Amino acid sequence: MITAERKPFDEILALTAGHDKILVAGCETCVAVCLTGGEKEAEILASELRMKAQADGRELTCEHTAAIRQCEWEYLDMIADKVAEYPVILSMACGIGIQAMAEKFADKLVLPAVNTNMLGMPQEHAVWLERCGACGDCVLGVTGGICPIVRCSKSLLNGPCGGSHDGKCEVTGPNGEEIECAWQLIHDKLRAQGREDLLLAITPPKDWSKSNSGGPRKMVRKEAKPV
Amino acid sequence: MSAVTWKSGSKLEQILAAGSFAVTGECGPPKSADGSVIANKARMLAGYVDAVNITDNQTAVVRIASMASAHIAQDNGVEAVMQVTCRDRNRLAIQADILGAAALGIKNVLCLTGDHISFGNHPQAKGVHDLDSIQLIRMFKDMRDEKRFQCGDEMTVEPRFLIGCAENPFADPFDFRVHRLKKKVLAGADFVQTQCIFNVPKFKKWMEQVRAEGLHQEIKILAGITPIKGAGMARYMKSSVPGMDVPQEIVDRVAAKEKGEPQQAEGKKLAVEMIKELAEIEGVAGVHIMAVEWEQAVPEIVEAAGLTPRPSQPPNRGARRDRECDQQHTS
Repeated sequence: MITAERKPFDEILALTAGHDKILVAGCETCVAVCLTGGEKEAEILASELRMKAQADGRELTCEHTAAIRQCEWEYLDMIADKVAEYPVILSMACGIGIQAMAEKFADKLVLPAVNTNMLGMPQEHAVWLERCGACGDCVLGVTGGICPIVRCSKSLLNGPCGGSHDGKCEVTGPNGEEIECAWQLIHDKLRAQGREDLLLAITPPKDWSKSNSGGPRKMVRKEAKPV
Repeated sequence: MSAVTWKSGSKLEQILAAGSFAVTGECGPPKSADGSVIANKARMLAGYVDAVNITDNQTAVVRIASMASAHIAQDNGVEAVMQVTCRDRNRLAIQADILGAAALGIKNVLCLTGDHISFGNHPQAKGVHDLDSIQLIRMFKDMRDEKRFQCGDEMTVEPRFLIGCAENPFADPFDFRVHRLKKKVLAGADFVQTQCIFNVPKFKKWMEQVRAEGLHQEIKILAGITPIKGAGMARYMKSSVPGMDVPQEIVDRVAAKEKGEPQQAEGKKLAVEMIKELAEIEGVAGVHIMAVEWEQAVPEIVEAAGLTPRPSQPPNRGARRDRECDQQHTS
């Protein structure tokens, strides 16, 4: 799933400064699952904005809505009536949803209320870990199902660097938290599977053109296109 | 006399090929445009080391570029080993730099992944890591031996380098460390400099694995030495430097001396003992002395270890380079 975190409230205030009619638009898919931008979170943010405006003695009309998915045109149709009432939309969807809103409702000012951060999964309750870099050329088949592109701090493809210690990466997370060394995990998994030979093979340089280094990507499924 | 085909013809290559015990040093460029810092360090090390590593934005902190610094070092009497990391440049930039380095007469390179960007002074920068160190080694080998760029395009005049790499025998998973070295050998590395060694028993264990794989016959192994300047440094390396293995008794031994000169003397003494012990290990072809911001200690250590005088001329005078090129360093 795509994960996102809400922007700091002050940043949201700065983005919306000068506007007195704002619709907060949640998305009921990925960002709802990660407890960031679903209908409930949209309702909370709208309420916070109203309270802040009241405390500051400002006029503000602010409501919330939510699309089942902000990243598909048909679901945006379902919230179009509500959107029509507001000149400014504060979207709590991922970057895809925000752009879809901006394109669909071209006469509106669409602003982001969240920072989209990764393709991850909940490791435990309320903890999400990055799992995929959408690199366009999956290597999981030779790395024991563990992605070195995003789970190794240096995206190494030929084994652990010299900074792997007791299963931990030399790099720590933004809050000083320990990061598991992806290559220790890959090493252990491939050995357990009896596939150590994969650790000895030299993996050639990656074709990053299949990632976003090749420019914005487009996928066409010819067989699924209407003729 | 049979002709020898040199990979680069560097002094380091010739000394290693002759089976002489090699000594390399290390020099960190300054965090300013003051090239005289490199010149002074180079002059201090000349005659005591066979070549000096020039670091490439070590610990992810901006410094004078390794290529420029290597050039200055060679201008001041000591052959350079230009370090190249994968952190700051993609394959285009690295290949461009390596052509430039060859054109400037630099003959040794060291291929590194690079310290992570989060440790440095620009933690908000984008880490590149287009290649890893093993892919980097292979790319340089293909440029040198196949006259091909990484994309496969051919070139007319190839850059000729002795290709080095690093390995940390103290990192985990320990059993994979020797395999990682093997991958580097297969990729084309000619020599390896190890992480600084304080835990000699563990290093010996690693060397046993290296010999069991026959790798000591395929790659020249230079054992890493870092003289300890004081107990504070020893404690810091033990607790805070990723990938370091500093046994408590080493810390205690230095700490037992008075702060300042007595601790420094103990640190140098320890380095000398370590060099002598490591030199006895089968398969160790030399030492790499990394005196971090303490280059002035190196001459004394090298002398005390009985490693002077260094071969002043390449020992294998009868050898010839396979191609005399017009890009040799002349200044």
